[in-house]
Amino acid sequence: MAKTYEEINDKIKKGKAVVVTAEEMIAVVKEKGVRAAAKDVDVVTTGTFGPMCSSGAFINVGHTKPKMKITKGTLNGVPVYCGLAAVDLYVGATEAAEDDPLNRVFPGEFRYGGGHVIEDLVAGKDVRFVASAYGTDCYPRKELDTLLNIKDLNEAILLNPRNAYQNYNVAVNAHGKRPIYTYMGILRPNIGNANYCSAGQLSPLLNDPHYRTIGIGTRIFLGGAVGHVIWQGTQHNPGVPRTDGGVPKGGAGTLAVAGDLKQMSTEFIRGASFRGYGVSLGVGLGVPIPIIDEEMAKFTAVSDADITAPITDYSVAYPEASGGPIGEVTYSELRTGRITINGKEVPTGAISSYPKARKIAATLKAWIEAGKFLLTEPIAPLPAAESGYKFGPLKERKK
Amino acid sequence: MFSERILMQFPRELVNEPLLSIVTKEFDIVFNIISARITENEEGQLKVELRGKRPNVLAAVDYIKKKGVSIRSLSKFVTVDRKLCTDCGACVVQCPTGALYYEEDLSVGFDAAKCIACELCRLACPYSAIVVAHADEVTHV
Ligand code: SF4
Ligand code: SF4
Repeated sequence: MAKTYEEINDKIKKGKAVVVTAEEMIAVVKEKGVRAAAKDVDVVTTGTFGPMCSSGAFINVGHTKPKMKITKGTLNGVPVYCGLAAVDLYVGATEAAEDDPLNRVFPGEFRYGGGHVIEDLVAGKDVRFVASAYGTDCYPRKELDTLLNIKDLNEAILLNPRNAYQNYNVAVNAHGKRPIYTYMGILRPNIGNANYCSAGQLSPLLNDPHYRTIGIGTRIFLGGAVGHVIWQGTQHNPGVPRTDGGVPKGGAGTLAVAGDLKQMSTEFIRGASFRGYGVSLGVGLGVPIPIIDEEMAKFTAVSDADITAPITDYSVAYPEASGGPIGEVTYSELRTGRITINGKEVPTGAISSYPKARKIAATLKAWIEAGKFLLTEPIAPLPAAESGYKFGPLKERKK
Repeated sequence: MFSERILMQFPRELVNEPLLSIVTKEFDIVFNIISARITENEEGQLKVELRGKRPNVLAAVDYIKKKGVSIRSLSKFVTVDRKLCTDCGACVVQCPTGALYYEEDLSVGFDAAKCIACELCRLACPYSAIVVAHADEVTHV
Protein backbone atom coordinates (compact mmCIF):
# COMPACT_ATOMS: atom_id res chain seq x y z
CA MET A 1 0.00 0.00 0.00
CA ALA A 2 1.59 3.22 -1.14
CA LYS A 3 1.30 6.48 0.81
CA THR A 4 1.56 9.95 -0.69
CA TYR A 5 3.48 12.89 0.78
CA GLU A 6 0.12 14.65 1.27
CA GLU A 7 -1.27 11.78 3.32
CA ILE A 8 1.83 11.70 5.48
CA ASN A 9 1.79 15.48 5.96
CA ASP A 10 -1.90 15.37 6.89
CA LYS A 11 -1.08 12.88 9.61
CA ILE A 12 1.82 15.05 10.81
CA LYS A 13 -0.48 18.09 11.03
CA LYS A 14 -2.99 16.10 13.05
CA GLY A 15 -0.24 14.83 15.32
CA LYS A 16 -0.96 11.29 14.22
CA ALA A 17 2.12 10.42 12.19
CA VAL A 18 4.20 7.50 13.37
CA VAL A 19 7.81 8.60 13.35
CA VAL A 20 10.80 6.45 14.29
CA THR A 21 14.54 6.96 13.96
CA ALA A 22 16.54 4.89 11.49
CA GLU A 23 17.99 3.02 14.45
CA GLU A 24 14.53 2.20 15.82
CA MET A 25 13.29 1.19 12.37
CA ILE A 26 15.68 -1.78 12.34
CA ALA A 27 13.84 -3.32 15.30
CA VAL A 28 10.39 -2.39 13.96
CA VAL A 29 11.01 -4.22 10.68
CA LYS A 30 12.59 -7.17 12.46
CA GLU A 31 9.57 -7.49 14.72
CA LYS A 32 6.68 -6.77 12.35
CA GLY A 33 8.13 -7.47 8.94
CA VAL A 34 8.50 -5.06 6.02
CA ARG A 35 4.82 -5.08 5.10
CA ALA A 36 3.40 -4.12 8.46
CA ALA A 37 6.24 -1.68 9.11
CA ALA A 38 5.49 0.09 5.81
CA LYS A 39 1.87 0.39 6.82
CA ASP A 40 2.46 1.54 10.40
CA VAL A 41 5.47 3.83 10.06
CA ASP A 42 5.10 7.12 8.22
CA VAL A 43 8.52 8.70 8.60
CA VAL A 44 12.02 7.47 9.46
CA THR A 45 14.48 10.12 10.64
CA THR A 46 18.22 9.96 10.00
CA GLY A 47 21.20 11.96 11.22
CA THR A 48 24.91 12.43 10.85
CA PHE A 49 27.55 14.66 12.43
CA GLY A 50 31.10 14.91 11.20
CA PRO A 51 33.68 17.19 9.66
CA MET A 52 32.42 18.23 6.22
CA CYS A 53 35.16 20.18 4.49
CA SER A 54 33.09 21.29 1.52
CA SER A 55 31.08 23.77 3.57
CA GLY A 56 30.90 27.49 4.01
CA ALA A 57 28.68 30.49 4.59
CA PHE A 58 27.52 33.32 2.38
CA ILE A 59 27.03 36.53 4.28
CA ASN A 60 25.83 39.97 3.32
CA VAL A 61 27.26 42.56 5.69
CA GLY A 62 25.18 45.54 4.53
CA HIS A 63 26.44 48.74 2.90
CA THR A 64 28.87 51.12 4.51
CA LYS A 65 28.55 54.86 4.26
CA PRO A 66 30.07 55.94 1.89
CA LYS A 67 29.61 52.72 -0.04
CA MET A 68 32.36 50.24 -0.74
CA LYS A 69 32.75 47.42 -3.25
CA ILE A 70 34.74 45.10 -1.03
CA THR A 71 37.48 43.26 -2.92
CA LYS A 72 39.51 41.70 -0.14
CA GLY A 73 38.72 40.90 3.44
CA THR A 74 39.33 38.83 6.54
CA LEU A 75 37.04 37.73 9.37
CA ASN A 76 39.02 37.30 12.60
CA GLY A 77 42.11 37.11 10.42
CA VAL A 78 40.71 34.43 8.11
CA PRO A 79 40.59 35.45 4.41
CA VAL A 80 37.08 35.41 2.95
CA TYR A 81 36.10 35.36 -0.71
CA CYS A 82 34.85 38.75 -1.87
CA GLY A 83 34.61 38.25 -5.63
CA LEU A 84 30.86 38.79 -5.65
CA ALA A 85 28.71 41.92 -5.49
CA ALA A 86 29.76 44.80 -3.24
CA VAL A 87 29.06 43.43 0.24
CA ASP A 88 28.47 39.71 -0.28
CA LEU A 89 31.17 37.33 0.86
CA TYR A 90 31.80 33.63 1.30
CA VAL A 91 33.55 32.16 4.32
CA GLY A 92 35.05 28.83 3.31
CA ALA A 93 35.26 26.23 6.08
CA THR A 94 38.84 25.13 5.39
CA GLU A 95 40.45 28.56 5.00
CA ALA A 96 43.24 28.93 7.56
CA ALA A 97 43.96 32.22 9.35
CA GLU A 98 46.27 34.54 7.38
CA ASP A 99 49.09 34.30 9.91
CA ASP A 100 48.74 30.55 10.52
CA PRO A 101 52.14 28.80 10.29
CA LEU A 102 50.30 25.98 8.42
CA ASN A 103 52.58 22.95 8.13
CA ARG A 104 55.84 24.89 8.41
CA VAL A 105 56.11 23.46 11.89
CA PHE A 106 54.90 19.96 11.16
CA PRO A 107 52.33 18.78 12.06
CA GLY A 108 50.56 22.15 12.11
CA GLU A 109 47.90 22.86 14.71
CA PHE A 110 45.49 24.89 12.55
CA ARG A 111 43.86 26.34 15.62
CA TYR A 112 41.56 28.81 13.88
CA GLY A 113 40.06 29.09 10.43
CA GLY A 114 36.88 29.46 8.42
CA GLY A 115 35.06 26.70 10.31
CA HIS A 116 35.77 28.52 13.58
CA VAL A 117 34.61 31.86 12.14
CA ILE A 118 31.31 30.19 11.23
CA GLU A 119 31.03 28.67 14.70
CA ASP A 120 31.77 32.06 16.33
CA LEU A 121 29.10 33.71 14.18
CA VAL A 122 26.57 31.05 15.20
CA ALA A 123 27.60 31.50 18.84
CA GLY A 124 26.62 35.18 18.53
CA LYS A 125 30.18 36.38 19.13
CA ASP A 126 31.44 39.58 17.55
CA VAL A 127 33.79 38.90 14.66
CA ARG A 128 36.34 41.42 13.36
CA PHE A 129 35.99 42.27 9.68
CA VAL A 130 38.88 44.04 7.95
CA ALA A 131 38.35 44.84 4.27
CA SER A 132 39.81 46.82 1.43
CA ALA A 133 38.72 47.97 -2.02
CA TYR A 134 40.17 49.84 -4.99
CA GLY A 135 37.36 52.41 -5.06
CA THR A 136 35.02 53.31 -7.89
CA ASP A 137 32.79 56.26 -8.69
CA CYS A 138 29.77 54.45 -7.27
CA TYR A 139 31.69 52.72 -4.43
CA PRO A 140 34.37 55.19 -3.30
CA ARG A 141 35.35 53.78 0.10
CA LYS A 142 38.64 51.87 0.30
CA GLU A 143 39.18 50.73 3.88
CA LEU A 144 37.05 49.15 6.59
CA ASP A 145 37.77 47.74 10.04
CA THR A 146 34.72 46.86 12.11
CA LEU A 147 33.11 44.30 14.37
CA LEU A 148 30.26 42.24 12.96
CA ASN A 149 27.61 40.24 14.71
CA ILE A 150 25.40 37.68 13.04
CA LYS A 151 22.28 39.41 14.28
CA ASP A 152 23.15 42.53 12.31
CA LEU A 153 23.96 40.76 9.05
CA ASN A 154 21.34 40.95 6.33
CA GLU A 155 21.82 37.31 5.43
CA ALA A 156 23.98 34.52 6.77
CA ILE A 157 23.38 31.37 4.78
CA LEU A 158 25.19 28.12 5.34
CA LEU A 159 25.71 26.81 1.81
CA ASN A 160 27.64 23.59 1.59
CA PRO A 161 28.46 22.19 -1.86
CA ARG A 162 29.14 18.67 -0.56
CA ASN A 163 27.84 17.12 2.65
CA ALA A 164 26.47 13.84 3.94
CA TYR A 165 28.64 11.45 1.93
CA GLN A 166 26.84 8.18 1.30
CA ASN A 167 29.39 5.86 2.95
CA TYR A 168 33.13 6.55 3.20
CA ASN A 169 36.61 5.06 3.46
CA VAL A 170 38.14 3.50 6.52
CA ALA A 171 41.57 5.10 6.71
CA VAL A 172 44.79 3.31 7.69
CA ASN A 173 48.52 3.96 7.35
CA ALA A 174 49.91 0.79 5.79
CA HIS A 175 53.35 1.81 4.54
CA GLY A 176 54.32 5.01 6.33
CA LYS A 177 57.18 4.81 8.81
CA ARG A 178 55.78 7.60 10.96
CA PRO A 179 52.29 8.67 12.00
CA ILE A 180 50.53 10.45 9.16
CA TYR A 181 48.24 13.42 9.72
CA THR A 182 45.14 13.37 7.56
CA TYR A 183 41.60 14.69 7.38
CA MET A 184 40.73 11.24 8.74
CA GLY A 185 42.75 11.98 11.87
CA ILE A 186 46.13 10.71 13.01
CA LEU A 187 47.02 7.33 11.51
CA ARG A 188 49.81 5.40 13.20
CA PRO A 189 52.29 3.42 11.09
CA ASN A 190 52.00 -0.27 10.40
CA ILE A 191 48.19 -0.09 10.46
CA GLY A 192 48.32 1.08 14.07
CA ASN A 193 44.71 2.25 13.96
CA ALA A 194 41.78 2.46 11.55
CA ASN A 195 39.61 5.60 11.44
CA TYR A 196 36.14 5.75 9.94
CA CYS A 197 33.65 8.53 9.37
CA SER A 198 30.00 7.65 8.78
CA ALA A 199 26.86 7.38 10.84
CA GLY A 200 26.25 4.05 9.07
CA GLN A 201 22.73 2.84 9.81
CA LEU A 202 21.70 6.37 10.86
CA SER A 203 23.22 8.08 7.83
CA PRO A 204 20.72 9.85 5.51
CA LEU A 205 21.77 8.54 2.09
CA LEU A 206 22.42 5.01 3.37
CA ASN A 207 18.73 4.83 4.30
CA ASP A 208 17.60 5.90 0.84
CA PRO A 209 20.34 4.30 -1.24
CA HIS A 210 18.75 4.99 -4.64
CA TYR A 211 17.59 8.56 -3.81
CA ARG A 212 13.93 7.69 -4.18
CA THR A 213 12.75 10.27 -1.64
CA ILE A 214 15.76 12.53 -1.04
CA GLY A 215 16.05 15.02 -3.88
CA ILE A 216 16.31 18.68 -4.73
CA GLY A 217 14.02 20.63 -2.44
CA THR A 218 13.92 18.09 0.40
CA ARG A 219 13.51 19.86 3.73
CA ILE A 220 16.14 18.72 6.23
CA PHE A 221 17.71 19.32 9.63
CA LEU A 222 20.85 21.40 9.12
CA GLY A 223 23.04 22.60 11.96
CA GLY A 224 20.15 22.62 14.44
CA ALA A 225 17.76 24.48 12.11
CA VAL A 226 15.69 23.78 9.02
CA GLY A 227 17.53 23.62 5.71
CA HIS A 228 17.08 22.20 2.25
CA VAL A 229 18.81 19.97 -0.24
CA ILE A 230 19.59 22.33 -3.11
CA TRP A 231 21.36 20.05 -5.60
CA GLN A 232 23.32 16.85 -5.79
CA GLY A 233 26.57 17.46 -3.97
CA THR A 234 29.85 17.86 -5.80
CA GLN A 235 31.58 14.54 -6.55
CA HIS A 236 28.16 12.83 -6.48
CA ASN A 237 28.98 9.36 -7.77
CA PRO A 238 25.95 7.06 -7.77
CA GLY A 239 27.36 4.38 -10.10
CA VAL A 240 29.74 2.68 -7.63
CA PRO A 241 29.52 -1.05 -6.79
CA ARG A 242 26.65 -1.84 -4.42
CA THR A 243 25.57 -4.73 -2.22
CA ASP A 244 22.52 -6.82 -3.15
CA GLY A 245 20.55 -4.54 -0.85
CA GLY A 246 21.58 -1.51 -2.94
CA VAL A 247 24.02 -0.09 -0.39
CA PRO A 248 27.10 1.50 -2.02
CA LYS A 249 30.30 -0.20 -0.91
CA GLY A 250 32.19 3.09 -0.67
CA GLY A 251 31.74 6.84 -1.10
CA ALA A 252 28.85 7.45 -3.53
CA GLY A 253 26.04 10.03 -3.41
CA THR A 254 26.44 13.45 -1.81
CA LEU A 255 24.17 16.41 -1.04
CA ALA A 256 24.51 20.15 -1.57
CA VAL A 257 22.56 21.85 1.20
CA ALA A 258 21.66 25.31 2.43
CA GLY A 259 20.02 26.80 5.50
CA ASP A 260 19.73 29.95 7.60
CA LEU A 261 22.88 30.20 9.70
CA LYS A 262 21.13 32.64 12.05
CA GLN A 263 18.85 29.84 13.28
CA MET A 264 21.63 27.30 13.80
CA SER A 265 23.29 26.15 17.00
CA THR A 266 26.89 25.52 18.02
CA GLU A 267 25.80 22.10 19.18
CA PHE A 268 25.70 21.11 15.51
CA ILE A 269 28.01 23.62 13.82
CA ARG A 270 31.59 23.34 15.06
CA GLY A 271 34.94 24.57 13.83
CA ALA A 272 37.39 21.67 13.68
CA SER A 273 41.21 21.51 13.63
CA PHE A 274 42.96 18.49 12.19
CA ARG A 275 46.63 18.24 13.13
CA GLY A 276 48.87 18.47 10.10
CA TYR A 277 45.87 18.72 7.77
CA GLY A 278 43.91 21.88 8.35
CA VAL A 279 40.66 23.42 9.42
CA SER A 280 37.18 22.07 8.76
CA LEU A 281 33.61 22.43 9.91
CA GLY A 282 31.73 19.83 11.95
CA VAL A 283 28.20 19.78 10.53
CA GLY A 284 25.10 18.08 11.88
CA LEU A 285 22.60 17.07 9.23
CA GLY A 286 19.48 14.92 9.25
CA VAL A 287 16.94 13.95 6.62
CA PRO A 288 13.42 12.62 7.18
CA ILE A 289 12.50 9.73 4.92
CA PRO A 290 8.82 9.22 4.14
CA ILE A 291 7.83 5.56 4.11
CA ILE A 292 5.86 5.79 0.88
CA ASP A 293 5.95 2.05 0.22
CA GLU A 294 7.38 -1.27 1.31
CA GLU A 295 10.61 -0.72 -0.51
CA MET A 296 11.36 2.35 1.61
CA ALA A 297 10.56 0.38 4.77
CA LYS A 298 13.07 -2.21 3.66
CA PHE A 299 15.74 0.37 2.82
CA THR A 300 15.36 2.26 6.09
CA ALA A 301 15.78 -0.97 8.06
CA VAL A 302 19.39 -1.17 6.89
CA SER A 303 21.71 -1.92 9.80
CA ASP A 304 25.43 -1.46 10.44
CA ALA A 305 25.93 -5.16 9.70
CA ASP A 306 24.66 -4.63 6.12
CA ILE A 307 26.94 -1.70 5.34
CA THR A 308 30.55 -2.26 4.35
CA ALA A 309 33.31 0.30 3.94
CA PRO A 310 36.57 -0.02 1.99
CA ILE A 311 39.77 -0.05 4.08
CA THR A 312 42.01 2.44 2.31
CA ASP A 313 45.72 3.11 2.76
CA TYR A 314 46.29 6.83 3.28
CA SER A 315 50.10 6.58 3.21
CA VAL A 316 50.35 5.64 -0.50
CA ALA A 317 47.14 4.53 -2.23
CA TYR A 318 45.01 7.58 -1.34
CA PRO A 319 47.55 10.39 -1.87
CA GLU A 320 48.95 8.84 -5.04
CA ALA A 321 45.49 7.95 -6.34
CA SER A 322 46.74 4.45 -7.01
CA GLY A 323 45.69 0.99 -5.90
CA GLY A 324 42.40 -0.16 -4.50
CA PRO A 325 41.23 -0.87 -0.98
CA ILE A 326 43.11 -3.43 1.11
CA GLY A 327 39.96 -4.94 2.52
CA GLU A 328 36.43 -4.24 3.58
CA VAL A 329 34.70 -4.15 6.92
CA THR A 330 31.17 -3.62 8.20
CA TYR A 331 30.14 -0.74 10.45
CA SER A 332 29.02 -3.17 13.14
CA GLU A 333 32.59 -4.51 13.24
CA LEU A 334 34.02 -0.97 13.25
CA ARG A 335 31.82 0.02 16.18
CA THR A 336 33.19 -2.74 18.41
CA GLY A 337 36.41 -0.70 18.62
CA ARG A 338 38.60 -3.45 17.09
CA ILE A 339 38.86 -5.02 13.68
CA THR A 340 41.27 -7.48 12.10
CA ILE A 341 43.30 -6.39 9.08
CA ASN A 342 45.70 -8.89 7.48
CA GLY A 343 45.52 -11.02 10.62
CA LYS A 344 46.39 -8.10 12.91
CA GLU A 345 44.05 -6.68 15.52
CA VAL A 346 43.64 -2.94 14.99
CA PRO A 347 41.81 -0.41 17.19
CA THR A 348 39.15 1.65 15.39
CA GLY A 349 38.18 5.25 16.02
CA ALA A 350 35.46 7.42 14.57
CA ILE A 351 35.86 10.93 13.23
CA SER A 352 32.09 11.38 13.04
CA SER A 353 30.01 11.32 16.22
CA TYR A 354 27.45 8.57 16.56
CA PRO A 355 25.84 10.05 19.72
CA LYS A 356 25.30 13.35 17.89
CA ALA A 357 23.89 11.53 14.85
CA ARG A 358 21.45 9.82 17.20
CA LYS A 359 20.52 13.13 18.79
CA ILE A 360 19.86 14.69 15.38
CA ALA A 361 17.57 11.82 14.33
CA ALA A 362 15.75 12.11 17.67
CA THR A 363 15.39 15.90 17.36
CA LEU A 364 13.99 15.64 13.84
CA LYS A 365 11.59 12.97 15.08
CA ALA A 366 10.42 15.29 17.86
CA TRP A 367 9.89 18.19 15.42
CA ILE A 368 7.79 16.02 13.14
CA GLU A 369 5.80 14.53 16.00
CA ALA A 370 5.06 18.03 17.24
CA GLY A 371 3.71 18.97 13.81
CA LYS A 372 6.43 21.60 13.39
CA PHE A 373 8.17 20.02 10.42
CA LEU A 374 6.42 18.86 7.23
CA LEU A 375 7.94 16.73 4.52
CA THR A 376 8.59 18.00 1.02
CA GLU A 377 8.40 16.02 -2.18
CA PRO A 378 11.56 16.66 -4.21
CA ILE A 379 11.07 19.05 -7.12
CA ALA A 380 13.73 17.13 -9.06
CA PRO A 381 15.51 13.86 -8.28
CA LEU A 382 19.23 13.41 -7.65
CA PRO A 383 20.98 11.52 -10.44
CA ALA A 384 20.74 7.80 -9.64
CA ALA A 385 22.99 4.92 -10.65
CA GLU A 386 21.29 4.34 -14.03
CA SER A 387 21.82 7.99 -15.03
CA GLY A 388 25.49 7.44 -15.85
CA TYR A 389 26.36 10.56 -13.78
CA LYS A 390 29.85 10.12 -12.35
CA PHE A 391 32.80 11.65 -10.58
CA GLY A 392 36.02 11.70 -12.59
CA PRO A 393 39.63 12.76 -12.02
CA LEU A 394 41.18 15.94 -13.42
CA LYS A 395 42.75 15.53 -16.84
CA GLU A 396 45.75 17.85 -16.71
CA ARG A 397 46.57 19.49 -20.02
CA LYS A 398 48.21 22.59 -21.51
CA LYS A 399 45.94 23.05 -24.50
CA MET B 1 53.51 23.62 50.42
CA PHE B 2 54.65 21.93 47.22
CA SER B 3 52.92 19.01 45.62
CA GLU B 4 54.04 16.64 42.90
CA ARG B 5 52.07 13.79 41.35
CA ILE B 6 54.20 10.99 40.02
CA LEU B 7 53.77 7.60 38.45
CA MET B 8 56.30 5.15 39.90
CA GLN B 9 57.17 1.98 38.08
CA PHE B 10 58.82 -0.54 40.47
CA PRO B 11 60.91 -3.34 39.05
CA ARG B 12 59.92 -6.77 40.41
CA GLU B 13 62.73 -6.90 42.97
CA LEU B 14 61.71 -3.61 44.55
CA VAL B 15 57.99 -4.30 44.85
CA ASN B 16 58.26 -5.26 48.50
CA GLU B 17 60.58 -2.47 49.63
CA PRO B 18 58.97 0.12 51.95
CA LEU B 19 60.37 2.97 49.88
CA LEU B 20 57.60 5.41 50.58
CA SER B 21 57.79 5.08 54.34
CA ILE B 22 61.54 5.62 54.15
CA VAL B 23 61.26 8.83 52.15
CA THR B 24 58.47 10.26 54.26
CA LYS B 25 60.66 9.94 57.36
CA GLU B 26 63.92 10.95 55.69
CA PHE B 27 62.60 13.96 53.86
CA ASP B 28 59.71 15.06 56.05
CA ILE B 29 57.01 14.80 53.42
CA VAL B 30 53.58 13.21 53.24
CA PHE B 31 52.20 11.03 50.48
CA ASN B 32 48.82 10.15 49.20
CA ILE B 33 48.35 7.06 47.07
CA ILE B 34 46.15 7.73 44.05
CA SER B 35 46.25 4.21 42.68
CA ALA B 36 48.35 1.09 42.96
CA ARG B 37 48.52 -2.01 40.86
CA ILE B 38 50.76 -4.89 39.88
CA THR B 39 51.18 -5.17 36.11
CA GLU B 40 51.06 -8.39 34.09
CA ASN B 41 54.83 -8.77 34.31
CA GLU B 42 54.70 -8.36 38.09
CA GLU B 43 56.04 -4.86 38.19
CA GLY B 44 54.48 -2.46 40.64
CA GLN B 45 52.81 0.69 39.41
CA LEU B 46 52.04 3.35 41.94
CA LYS B 47 50.56 6.75 41.42
CA VAL B 48 51.23 9.03 44.35
CA GLU B 49 51.04 12.62 45.31
CA LEU B 50 53.98 13.85 47.39
CA ARG B 51 53.53 16.95 49.51
CA GLY B 52 56.01 18.92 51.54
CA LYS B 53 58.62 21.66 51.20
CA ARG B 54 59.72 21.91 47.59
CA PRO B 55 63.42 20.93 48.09
CA ASN B 56 62.34 17.98 50.24
CA VAL B 57 59.87 16.68 47.67
CA LEU B 58 62.46 17.00 44.92
CA ALA B 59 65.11 15.26 47.02
CA ALA B 60 62.68 12.45 47.78
CA VAL B 61 61.93 12.01 44.09
CA ASP B 62 65.65 11.90 43.42
CA TYR B 63 66.18 9.29 46.12
CA ILE B 64 63.44 7.04 44.73
CA LYS B 65 64.92 7.33 41.23
CA LYS B 66 68.37 6.34 42.47
CA LYS B 67 66.83 3.21 44.01
CA GLY B 68 65.97 2.07 40.47
CA VAL B 69 62.35 3.07 40.29
CA SER B 70 61.37 4.81 37.07
CA ILE B 71 59.36 7.95 37.63
CA ARG B 72 57.17 9.98 35.41
CA SER B 73 55.66 13.28 36.46
CA LEU B 74 51.91 13.42 36.54
CA SER B 75 51.86 17.09 37.28
CA LYS B 76 49.79 17.51 34.19
CA PHE B 77 46.13 16.82 34.58
CA VAL B 78 44.15 15.90 31.54
CA THR B 79 40.42 16.51 31.44
CA VAL B 80 37.77 16.37 28.78
CA ASP B 81 35.70 19.53 28.45
CA ARG B 82 32.25 18.03 28.06
CA LYS B 83 30.89 21.27 26.61
CA LEU B 84 33.32 21.05 23.70
CA CYS B 85 33.45 17.28 23.25
CA THR B 86 31.40 15.89 20.36
CA ASP B 87 31.80 12.23 21.38
CA CYS B 88 33.50 11.30 18.14
CA GLY B 89 36.27 9.11 19.50
CA ALA B 90 39.18 10.42 17.47
CA CYS B 91 41.02 10.53 20.81
CA VAL B 92 40.02 7.06 22.00
CA VAL B 93 41.96 5.26 19.31
CA GLN B 94 45.14 7.17 20.22
CA CYS B 95 45.02 6.59 23.98
CA PRO B 96 47.66 4.04 24.99
CA THR B 97 46.24 3.24 28.43
CA GLY B 98 42.50 2.93 27.93
CA ALA B 99 41.89 6.10 29.96
CA LEU B 100 39.67 7.25 27.11
CA TYR B 101 37.12 4.67 26.04
CA TYR B 102 33.79 4.18 24.31
CA GLU B 103 30.80 3.78 26.59
CA GLU B 104 28.04 1.35 25.69
CA ASP B 105 26.14 4.10 23.83
CA LEU B 106 29.31 5.10 21.92
CA SER B 107 29.78 8.30 23.86
CA VAL B 108 33.33 8.83 25.08
CA GLY B 109 34.28 8.22 28.69
CA PHE B 110 37.43 9.26 30.58
CA ASP B 111 39.03 7.49 33.53
CA ALA B 112 41.53 9.93 35.02
CA ALA B 113 43.15 7.22 37.15
CA LYS B 114 44.45 5.49 34.02
CA CYS B 115 45.77 8.64 32.36
CA ILE B 116 49.55 9.07 32.06
CA ALA B 117 49.27 12.59 30.58
CA CYS B 118 50.98 11.68 27.31
CA GLU B 119 48.73 14.18 25.47
CA LEU B 120 48.30 12.02 22.38
CA CYS B 121 44.57 12.60 22.71
CA ARG B 122 45.06 16.36 22.65
CA LEU B 123 46.83 16.15 19.30
CA ALA B 124 44.02 14.05 17.86
CA CYS B 125 41.01 16.00 19.12
CA PRO B 126 39.56 18.15 16.31
CA TYR B 127 37.41 20.20 18.68
CA SER B 128 40.00 21.29 21.30
CA ALA B 129 38.05 19.43 23.97
CA ILE B 130 41.08 17.91 25.71
CA VAL B 131 42.34 20.29 28.34
CA VAL B 132 45.76 19.87 29.91
CA ALA B 133 46.34 21.74 33.15
CA HIS B 134 49.67 21.88 34.96
CA ALA B 135 50.06 21.10 38.61
CA ASP B 136 51.58 24.50 39.23
CA GLU B 137 48.25 25.99 38.31
CA VAL B 138 46.12 23.69 40.41
CA THR B 139 47.87 22.07 43.37
CA HIS B 140 50.16 24.67 44.88
CA VAL B 141 48.76 25.63 48.21
S1 SF4 C 1 46.89 11.97 27.95
FE1 SF4 C 1 47.46 9.99 27.05
S2 SF4 C 1 46.84 8.51 28.61
FE2 SF4 C 1 45.81 10.42 29.15
S3 SF4 C 1 43.81 10.24 28.16
FE3 SF4 C 1 45.15 11.31 26.73
S4 SF4 C 1 45.96 9.71 25.40
FE4 SF4 C 1 45.12 8.68 27.21
S1 SF4 D 1 38.43 13.63 20.02
FE1 SF4 D 1 37.77 15.41 21.19
S2 SF4 D 1 35.64 15.72 20.57
FE2 SF4 D 1 36.20 13.66 19.92
S3 SF4 D 1 35.57 12.36 21.65
FE3 SF4 D 1 37.72 12.88 22.01
S4 SF4 D 1 37.63 14.70 23.30
FE4 SF4 D 1 35.59 14.46 22.43
